[in-house]
Amino acid sequence: MRAAVGKARRRPRPGRIALGAISALIFAFLILPLVVVFPLSVSSAPYLEFPPPGLSWRWYENYFGDPVWIDATLRSLKIATSAMLLSLLVGTPLAFSLVRGRYPGRALLDRLAAAPMIVPAIIFSVAVYGLFAKLKLIGAWYGIALAHTVLALPFVVIVIGAGLRGFDEALEAAALGLGASRWQAVKRVTLPQIRPSLVSAALLAFVTSFDELVVAMFLAGSEMTLPKKMFDNIRMEIDPTIAAVSVLQIALIALAVLIAQRFGRGALEVK
Amino acid sequence: MSASSVAALPLLPKIAALRVRRERALAALGLPALLLLALIFAFPVLRLLGLSLEGGSLEWYGKALGEGLYLEVFWITFRIAALVTLLALLLGYPLAYFLATTTRFWTTLGFIFVILPLWTSVLVRTYAWMVLLGRNGVVNRILLELGLAREPLPLLYNELGVVIGMVHVLIPYMVLPIYSALKRLDPSLAQAAEGLGAPASRIFLRIVLPLTLDGVFAGAILVFVLSLGFFITPALLGGGRVIMIAVLIEQQVRETLDWSFAGALSAVLLAATIAIYGLAQRARRHGAEPPP
Repeated sequence: MRAAVGKARRRPRPGRIALGAISALIFAFLILPLVVVFPLSVSSAPYLEFPPPGLSWRWYENYFGDPVWIDATLRSLKIATSAMLLSLLVGTPLAFSLVRGRYPGRALLDRLAAAPMIVPAIIFSVAVYGLFAKLKLIGAWYGIALAHTVLALPFVVIVIGAGLRGFDEALEAAALGLGASRWQAVKRVTLPQIRPSLVSAALLAFVTSFDELVVAMFLAGSEMTLPKKMFDNIRMEIDPTIAAVSVLQIALIALAVLIAQRFGRGALEVK
Repeated sequence: MSASSVAALPLLPKIAALRVRRERALAALGLPALLLLALIFAFPVLRLLGLSLEGGSLEWYGKALGEGLYLEVFWITFRIAALVTLLALLLGYPLAYFLATTTRFWTTLGFIFVILPLWTSVLVRTYAWMVLLGRNGVVNRILLELGLAREPLPLLYNELGVVIGMVHVLIPYMVLPIYSALKRLDPSLAQAAEGLGAPASRIFLRIVLPLTLDGVFAGAILVFVLSLGFFITPALLGGGRVIMIAVLIEQQVRETLDWSFAGALSAVLLAATIAIYGLAQRARRHGAEPPP
């Protein structure tokens, strides 16, 4: 550990203890909202009561028994999977183009690719809403998937671009020298080498879409996505079903991160 | 590489042609993304901004920036963004400092705590804050029980609630750049100062803080700009009482159906966003001291 300043202090001092205590409080602040939904989701109380008076699975049953919730979940999974695949399909070549290219206009394309990250979500949402309303695409799941692809693209390009910058192009050149075609060399040498980046990019793209509310709010129409259904529920009838959904969502994301880490590490071990 | 290319001088035109072909192929790889970004990003956004100029007048900008009601919205937005940035800094700096100077075990654990909220849906977190901050919420219960308050405090559906929720969402964006600035710091500087007898507070104020200001600056810009465009947190934790720009834009489109005005508001928000990023980049390029 190259501790910048910590090294200068060998024994714990009052300042150090105070820092630890303050940090503990801030960590508590960060983690508290994630923790609080767990007891709430198994509460028997019909409204928000904390601490819960008794245990019950009814909010989970509510969720699994309600076709609107399940529908919204399945639609969100479909949209997120499509947005993930499409953003990888379009973003990976773009990352190659931006990292290796020196053509005129490259810098401009670089800016454009980062722009969806900078333009506030509300502006993009309203803008796409205006366009899609003209095209009669409101309520179409693939419309949302397309818009989410745009939102995920900057992350995909950043993560895969970083992977490509760390990749030694001489390896690809060696494959070419041994008679492989460019496509073969990329597919058999380059892509396997940057697999951890691909996995992270895929995960980021998936989560970006799966959690996205503002675009979906405008484009979904009556076809709910999971975040939109959650938003409406929080606004209208705040009941612990949301807590159960939150727990499930936290679990799903945690699972995805774990899987991605396995894959990422696996890829590193092969190397 | 250079020796072989000198020997291959007659081949130069061929190499140049190959290079042109390579660049062309690389440019072509960007085409699908360019198409997507042009059709589903640049075109609709420019179209929205164009709507604000409908009729060829600046009428809608006059409304956005001239009428007290809407000026108030901008003022509230900037005030909340500034407050959120300040609080995120006050909480984020000690956290980054702790993470940068503690043992590996605590760094790893601490980072999990910082990153985990990032991976969790903003909706889930906002909902949790409603549970925590409500009239009968966890925080008020504890305050009443401890006798720290005589009646439930209004923590939700006002600016305070919005600020708490936003700080929670944005702290990681402050911690990460400050942490990397602290890690770049040469530890021998602080050691030298200590060897010369400087007290810890002085080492921090004269060495550590000035040398990590670029991280502070980067984090603050990011948090401030993200705050300006925030929608979900003010919409839910503000309970319709805290109108930030993004909430106003949504209302114009969904309720008033006033696209031209929404376009003008979007243009102002976008201009502010880009201007702040641009200024930050320029300041960094010139290596100038960030403004205090």
